[in-house]
Amino acid sequence: MVTDPVLLQAAADLFPNGISRYAVGGLLVGLGTVLIYVGTGIPAGASTFLESTLSYVSDRSRFQQYVGSRDWRLVFTAGIILGGLAFAATFQSGLVTSSLYEPGTTGQLYDVAGVTLWMTDVQPWRLFVGGVLVGIGTRIGKGCTSGHGVCGVGSASKTSLVGVVTFLTVAIGTAQVVAALGVSP
Amino acid sequence: MSDRHPLFKPLVFVGGLVFGFGLGFSHMARPEVVLNFLQFEDLGLPFVMFGAAIVSGIAFALLPRIRDAAPLTGDPYERRLKPFDRNVLVGGAVFGVGWGLSGICPGAAYASLGVGNVTILWALAGMFVGAYAQGYWRSRSQARDSAVTGAN
Repeated sequence: MVTDPVLLQAAADLFPNGISRYAVGGLLVGLGTVLIYVGTGIPAGASTFLESTLSYVSDRSRFQQYVGSRDWRLVFTAGIILGGLAFAATFQSGLVTSSLYEPGTTGQLYDVAGVTLWMTDVQPWRLFVGGVLVGIGTRIGKGCTSGHGVCGVGSASKTSLVGVVTFLTVAIGTAQVVAALGVSP
Repeated sequence: MSDRHPLFKPLVFVGGLVFGFGLGFSHMARPEVVLNFLQFEDLGLPFVMFGAAIVSGIAFALLPRIRDAAPLTGDPYERRLKPFDRNVLVGGAVFGVGWGLSGICPGAAYASLGVGNVTILWALAGMFVGAYAQGYWRSRSQARDSAVTGAN
């Protein structure tokens, strides 16, 4: 156990919410990926859903190539949304508590039918413009935080490692510049 | 597809549930928490992505030694490596600007909707617009390339 007060203070500064909620959440994200992989052999990423779902409304070949996987990708995304809701109905609502879960203070909480829901304070224009760039970038770059970050890094794929280093570095630079310009939240 | 195993979609759904619950539990579904990490105010977030990568990495390494093929699809357990080219850097950089501006990535956006964040529909709308614009542009440039080749 670390008892040096200087080290403890440094850890509290760098990790003000501890690390357990991040580590446990990450293990669950990995477990979800593994469940699908064990049964199907598919390393599932989240961002191809955007293109595969567009194949329902557009005849373009770029989207039509995903016709074979668009149904299960819709099911995967529905599962992710309902998994978030299951978290909201349990830990976020305080129905279940654990020393591994640190609630945090970001955003706004509100109640609907006894379930504590959460809403961001980040401005809509940031979400929309950022979303457009995420949509373009993940499609050009062949993956996102789950496709490259979880499945690709998990496969020790050099392509994915380069992808992760690229988007992580650029995202840090962007967030620092946006914050320095005084945009908040 | 009709020839898929009846448990294929239920398994994908359960995997999605666990995946989305993890994104909620880790607070990665909250853009503020991602932005706090990118601004070096809370360095916990890498434990999510690398924790998940370690768990999946163990499965990816072990399963091919245990079985040849996945029970629900008959597909072999194999590494599906994406080829590297300049697009990985260009796309990664564009994605990085978007992630750094908004604090949200695709999987976390779906989970964010589930935890009640209806405002994230702005980001989801943007992602569909971006993916459509990229696909439209890509289809057009491919059509132009093949037209040029045909003329030659």
